Amino acid sequence: MSLGPITLGHYLSVGAILFALSVIGIFLNRKNLIVLLMAIELMLLAVNLNFIAFSHYLPIEADRMGGQVFVFFILTVAAAESAIGLAILVVLFRNRSTINVDELDELKG
Amino acid sequence: MNTTTALFYVFSGVLLFAAFRVITARSAVHAALFLVLAFFSAACVWMLLRAEFLAIALVLVYVGAVMVLFLFVVMMLDINIDAFREGFWQHFPVAALVGVIIALEMAAVLLPGFRLIDAPVADAAALKMGNTKLLGIEVYTKYLYPLQIAAVLLLVAIIAAIALTLRKRKDSKYVNATQQLKATKSERMRIVQMKATLAPPPDIAPRGGKR
Repeated sequence: MSLGPITLGHYLSVGAILFALSVIGIFLNRKNLIVLLMAIELMLLAVNLNFIAFSHYLPIEADRMGGQVFVFFILTVAAAESAIGLAILVVLFRNRSTINVDELDELKG
Repeated sequence: MNTTTALFYVFSGVLLFAAFRVITARSAVHAALFLVLAFFSAACVWMLLRAEFLAIALVLVYVGAVMVLFLFVVMMLDINIDAFREGFWQHFPVAALVGVIIALEMAAVLLPGFRLIDAPVADAAALKMGNTKLLGIEVYTKYLYPLQIAAVLLLVAIIAAIALTLRKRKDSKYVNATQQLKATKSERMRIVQMKATLAPPPDIAPRGGKR
């Protein structure tokens, strides 16, 4: 990677590495629900980074804000998702006294 | 190498390091704190991309609200960490292989494909207007209907989160409003006709007499 001016590819590579790191995190922390939620948040962050980078480098001036508006909505959805996810986690811990994914096998699927 | 380039490498490096520590941290509290660092560095990168409003919103919404929620839940739950770490590195080779392949594939497609695209010259009028105003114009004109759907979504999320975690107190002596409104006179009061069994005492002086 040359140290020249920063291009769109640099930002997209950072997003790609961030996304790959969160995939690794989901593999590694498959027992811990809280860290799984955090890894999903990181994934959404990588997607948002891509959206903002594309919107900044778009040559057409009129369409440039569209990507940022989309990031706005993704932030909304991510906040709602983490709030409900953590609420489910609290209820789960209240009923089962554990959030270990390996022990949540009551459905016997 | 100008300032922007240096800043980009610094912020990206911190962002990726923090993300790595999030997924490998021993305790969930450390993971949450490194996630704060990751979001903050991401906000700085977004600043470089001239998305000021979203960068501030990311700090406010994530560092201010969501991460506090995460820390609250992490500290509220009494979790045995060692049970989670069991077999942690067992799947690491597969995970690392998958992650490296994903990163390399994406970089191979993205880096050469978009290397030549330099930052477009910013429109002077747009620069003067500012990012927040431009975003506001877009959101409140072209995307008004999606914005309202997003608002409803947040409302649903609030109600769902409260409804999931709300617990009724068993020891509170509250009054059921429906039953209270339906109560009639006949259920509440019973008039009993009965004779007085004692004769009134004879020596009571009539009121208003002498002092």
